Amino acid sequence: MKVCELKEKFGFAELNIEDGQREINGVYCGDLLSWVMGRAKESNAWITIMSNVNVLAVASLSDVACVILSEGVLLDDEVLKTAQSKGINVLSSPYPTYETAVMLSKA
Amino acid sequence: MVTVRYMDKLIKFEFDVDGTDFTSAGQASVNVKKHLRQLGLSPEVIRRVSIAMYEGEINMVIHAKGGKAEVNVYEDRVEIILRDTGPGIKDINLAMQEGYSTATDNVRSLGFGAGMGLPNMKRYTDNMEIESVLGEGTTIKMTVNLN
Repeated sequence: MKVCELKEKFGFAELNIEDGQREINGVYCGDLLSWVMGRAKESNAWITIMSNVNVLAVASLSDVACVILSEGVLLDDEVLKTAQSKGINVLSSPYPTYETAVMLSKA
Repeated sequence: MVTVRYMDKLIKFEFDVDGTDFTSAGQASVNVKKHLRQLGLSPEVIRRVSIAMYEGEINMVIHAKGGKAEVNVYEDRVEIILRDTGPGIKDINLAMQEGYSTATDNVRSLGFGAGMGLPNMKRYTDNMEIESVLGEGTTIKMTVNLN
């Protein structure tokens, strides 16, 4: 599944899309950043409720396909600007983390 | 940042890690990632180097008010050296255990302080050496092999 399909299929909001054609190869859920760094795999979709700027560094360094903020969490303007400058795909799901992950697993 | 090239065999990057601004932590790692990509190293090597370095950077910001990072690229390996003049690590074996952390609640609220920093650095590198003296600082040297 491609990042650009998340909006159409599930109604997730696209906060910043740099590479919509990026393929998602799995899902990782977690809010502890170091844990995510150690466990998330390249090209995973990472679901979290954390929305601070460090999330973007972790997303960039662990090379996930996209960050999906669950529970309708959005990015502050400053963090959004950083996402744009770093070219990181970020979406927001209105659903809790578990439900968001289940939706992706069934896709 | 300083970039030095020695006879095409070694490229060296040096960074000051700013210990006063937690939100800018990761700048050095992101920079290194960009440079390693330009050098054409494999995505897996780049991922391992940048994750290990980021964890080190975060540790320096959390515990040591910053420090210096040096990355040396050899033909067969990438070497990362992180130096700080922080309080030092009291018990390195304990600090290496997953889940052990001395980070503050404020740091935890940002999603760090899970006690995964040093274990991740070890997991993502082929070799890691820690030298730490209480009250003087810590130096960590990590190596990622290219082959």
